[in-house]
Amino acid sequence: MNESLSHIFVDALLINNFVLCVFLGMCSFIGLSGKFSTAWRMGVSVMFVIIVSSILAYGTNILLVRFHAEYLRIITYIVIIASTVQLTEMFIKKNSPSLFRAMGVYLPLITTNCAVLAVPLFQTSRNYNFIQSVVFAIAASGGYTMAIVILSLVRERVELSDVPNLAKGTALTLILAAILSMAFMGFGGMGNGE
Amino acid sequence: MDQPVSCHPATPQQSTPEQTMTAFTAGLWKQNPVFVMVLGMCPTLAITNSVRNAIAMGLATTFVMASANGFISLIRKLVPKQVRIATYILMIATSVTIVDYLVKAISIPVYKALGAFIPLIVSNCLTLERAESYAGRNPIFKSILDGLGMGLGFTFALTCLGTVREVLGAGTFLGFPLFGPNFEPWVLFLLPPGGFITLAMWLLTFTLWRERAAKRKKAREAAEQIAVEAA
Repeated sequence: MNESLSHIFVDALLINNFVLCVFLGMCSFIGLSGKFSTAWRMGVSVMFVIIVSSILAYGTNILLVRFHAEYLRIITYIVIIASTVQLTEMFIKKNSPSLFRAMGVYLPLITTNCAVLAVPLFQTSRNYNFIQSVVFAIAASGGYTMAIVILSLVRERVELSDVPNLAKGTALTLILAAILSMAFMGFGGMGNGE
Repeated sequence: MDQPVSCHPATPQQSTPEQTMTAFTAGLWKQNPVFVMVLGMCPTLAITNSVRNAIAMGLATTFVMASANGFISLIRKLVPKQVRIATYILMIATSVTIVDYLVKAISIPVYKALGAFIPLIVSNCLTLERAESYAGRNPIFKSILDGLGMGLGFTFALTCLGTVREVLGAGTFLGFPLFGPNFEPWVLFLLPPGGFITLAMWLLTFTLWRERAAKRKKAREAAEQIAVEAA
């Protein structure tokens, strides 16, 4: 595996956007994108958790391979993520109690955000080295933040328009996400023709 | 299910056979994880581009949920309340590791098609939600049944989505061509936007059904009211 850093970055950020093209982190993407203010905060916390846990997971994986305990990979990764989330929770609670209240149940739920678990798994299966892993984590989480922020802005606009009662809620959000996802498919041409 | 939030129920309830059956059937239709609770969206959208993958994913999740629910229910009285979520996740991760190796042993093509989404069952909100709201406070047999029911309901929903996407997107069902050679497949449905649109349409359909049913019920009650007044 010898991908250039810029290729990894653009690929994870746009071409294979974690939310809109690979379908990771859907629950929070749909549940927390109602308001711009919550959406970007969620995005930033997820970014923080992903980057920290990706670095920790890289180190842990070296140990696991050394001791031939690869079968423990899923379990160790989830423990790393859960502790990082706990750390973030304590940090936010200390620094911004209002944000802590706004995030509510979704903060502990970052643990069960698939995007967070997927980054360490992908970086392991693609054999990225340390720098590549960090770039991949930044780009993937940046892609998540970008997608959730864009969707929240669109949803704030749609709030004001007259939609059929039946479609209000999740169904409408999914249709908006479909249109966004189609827009992101346009980036497909930027890769090496895949 | 409506018991108060507590890890240590005061008195073990004697459950009737009907209640045990409800634990199983609730997940199939009334509380369908995808169409009603809207949980576990990632595999629902990502793995449903063919019926075969959808069924395989659904069964893998069913197995994880049944075994994780069983383990969790078994140790529910030993776990202190503060660390229960972490314990649940460890239990789920263990079951997922088992499934990961099982699928690899059974079929390599399926394993490759499901890709990263088997390890990602750990972070499927559905498994943790059932652990927290059901297995953590119910006896082992009922918890396993609940896991099975929810898992099969999940499989059903995935198959619904997979059918629409495969038939429209590739013109096949389980790999068998349905239409003649002149059929022009609607490839969009195999691509990510198709997943979002299909799920949105299914949700709309189910909302419509539920609203119609509610309306009919209301009309029936009104008719009964009139009948009572007339009498």
